[in-house]
Amino acid sequence: MSTLTSQSAKESTAPRPRFGWLITDSISVSRRHLLKITRVPESLFFALIQPVMFVLLFAFVFGGAIDVGPGGAQAYREYLIPGILAQTVMFAVAGITVGITEDASKGIMDRFRSLPMRPGAVLTGHTLASLLQNILVIAILSITGLAVGWRIHNGFSDAALAYLMFASFAYAITWVGAWIGLHMPNSEVAGTAGLAWIFPFTFASNIFTPVATMPTWLQPFVLWNPVSCLALAARKLFGNPTPLLGDSFPERYPVQLSFAYCFLLLAIFAPLAVRAFKTRNK
Amino acid sequence: MTLAIKASGLAKAYGDVIALNGIDIEVEQGTVLGLLGPNGSGKTTTVRILATLLQADSGTASVGGFDVVTQPDEVRSVIGLTGQYAAVDEYLTGRENLELFGRLFHLSKFDAAKRATELLDRFDLSDAADRGIKGYSGGMRRRLDLAASLIGRPNVLFLDEPTTGLDPRSRQGMWAVIEDLIAEGTTVLLTTQYLEEADQLANRIVVLDHGNVIAKGTSNELKSQVGGDRIEIVVESAGDVAKAADLIQEFGSAPATTEEVVKTVLLPVAGGSTAIVNIVRKLDENKIAIADIALRRPTLDDVFLSLTGHATEVDEVAAPAKGRRGRKARS
Repeated sequence: MSTLTSQSAKESTAPRPRFGWLITDSISVSRRHLLKITRVPESLFFALIQPVMFVLLFAFVFGGAIDVGPGGAQAYREYLIPGILAQTVMFAVAGITVGITEDASKGIMDRFRSLPMRPGAVLTGHTLASLLQNILVIAILSITGLAVGWRIHNGFSDAALAYLMFASFAYAITWVGAWIGLHMPNSEVAGTAGLAWIFPFTFASNIFTPVATMPTWLQPFVLWNPVSCLALAARKLFGNPTPLLGDSFPERYPVQLSFAYCFLLLAIFAPLAVRAFKTRNK
Repeated sequence: MTLAIKASGLAKAYGDVIALNGIDIEVEQGTVLGLLGPNGSGKTTTVRILATLLQADSGTASVGGFDVVTQPDEVRSVIGLTGQYAAVDEYLTGRENLELFGRLFHLSKFDAAKRATELLDRFDLSDAADRGIKGYSGGMRRRLDLAASLIGRPNVLFLDEPTTGLDPRSRQGMWAVIEDLIAEGTTVLLTTQYLEEADQLANRIVVLDHGNVIAKGTSNELKSQVGGDRIEIVVESAGDVAKAADLIQEFGSAPATTEEVVKTVLLPVAGGSTAIVNIVRKLDENKIAIADIALRRPTLDDVFLSLTGHATEVDEVAAPAKGRRGRKARS
């Protein structure tokens, strides 16, 4: 039997820049999470079912009561889909909050932290895996949208930019979820807390109803809400109905503002989460 | 001599609760230190500080010659850690877990796969290698966890209560595996609340209680603090007790004591097993019937009791079912 421990140096820990290891380690960690999805396909199934149900409910049940201008029910479905895409991206954040809290409360986090890997990779790997899952959900949701009458009216480049925007926002916002997850005592609390902050941002927005229908004191929040910006920007890029309130900055530059939000979220919450990860339980 | 682990003045408090009260620890390269103490004595806190998972409030520590605070990456590349619970991913298979940790140890894809196979073989997990961990028994999980901690061929291995919660058979299995690692020259810091375990595996033992080192030395040194071997003889009839004590005194190293109610003579001896033979012969010659005779070695339980004034506070039901280290012979 070969000797399992030796005093000699490690065989393949070749020197490599830290950033290089961050990428390799992140891929290893995200592979772990993707494998997990294949082992528990139910989690993906329900991640898909929920937004599809929202599409059907709003397209056929509530939609008739909401007026987004000329075009009636068909116009509402076109208005709805970019909103549901934004909502889906938000709701996916709760998953990573629970996942991170679960890992942190088990021994595996200690194992990661006792390895010579880049510590940040535990989070970048997790967020990357979550992005891939998000992209799949966005694709399936778009197909559902097409089936209920949603259409892309502008060119390919505008549509591509819209999807890039959703993916960027999906990635940036998961860091908020990761950061929250690192502060939760257990996964039960993470399950509720991880959703609690998402609700006001998701529903006090333009995703289901035009801003004009809301009380004036709430309108500034709704206008500047990143979720509204995202939905409005996507409607503009796809060429869907955009009932505007007026001429405010977020209504004039929703695409630019959405990307700025992505950048801001990432710049603030990625370092915060990595720091919380490094100092947790220290 | 080279020190693989050196810690001095380690202190850590969680709010008002003092977990470690300035302890010093030294472990020579290639030896095994047993960190022994009840729950809450500071064992795990010590391991977490040395494994770079936790920052001490004060004090310094180095592992493999690297400072745990200023050179954490270097420390992590020479250590392996096995915690109190299996630190593996439930949803992955045994092989996938080991390959993941191998990759994160920065082994190449090929080396990580090779190493995983090697370790699965070695720890008797080959048959279960491609099954999810969820279906593993407690003993298998611990073995996989130990395998995971050996991925990087660590010079220094931390075993934090490696057999807590295992049934006696799995515990024996873990001991055998750990003994092999020790034989290969790995430096081990082992924490345990099982006195048997420290006795069995460690060269030197440090006894912790409420964050303080209350004793250190070899297992034999600690035992000698509570006196040497004693022979305990139970005679058939209470009337023979005094006579028996007189007859066997010549084999003792100190005066015999008697407890007539339980028909028992206790004789401190130097050479334990030869004394037993002589005593049996002598009593037999004098027609004194022996109900029971046993060589009693002080256990680490006795050590703990005499050092702290309280027992180890371990639930005895959960303790190893190995029995006391005495040889009993019925006459």
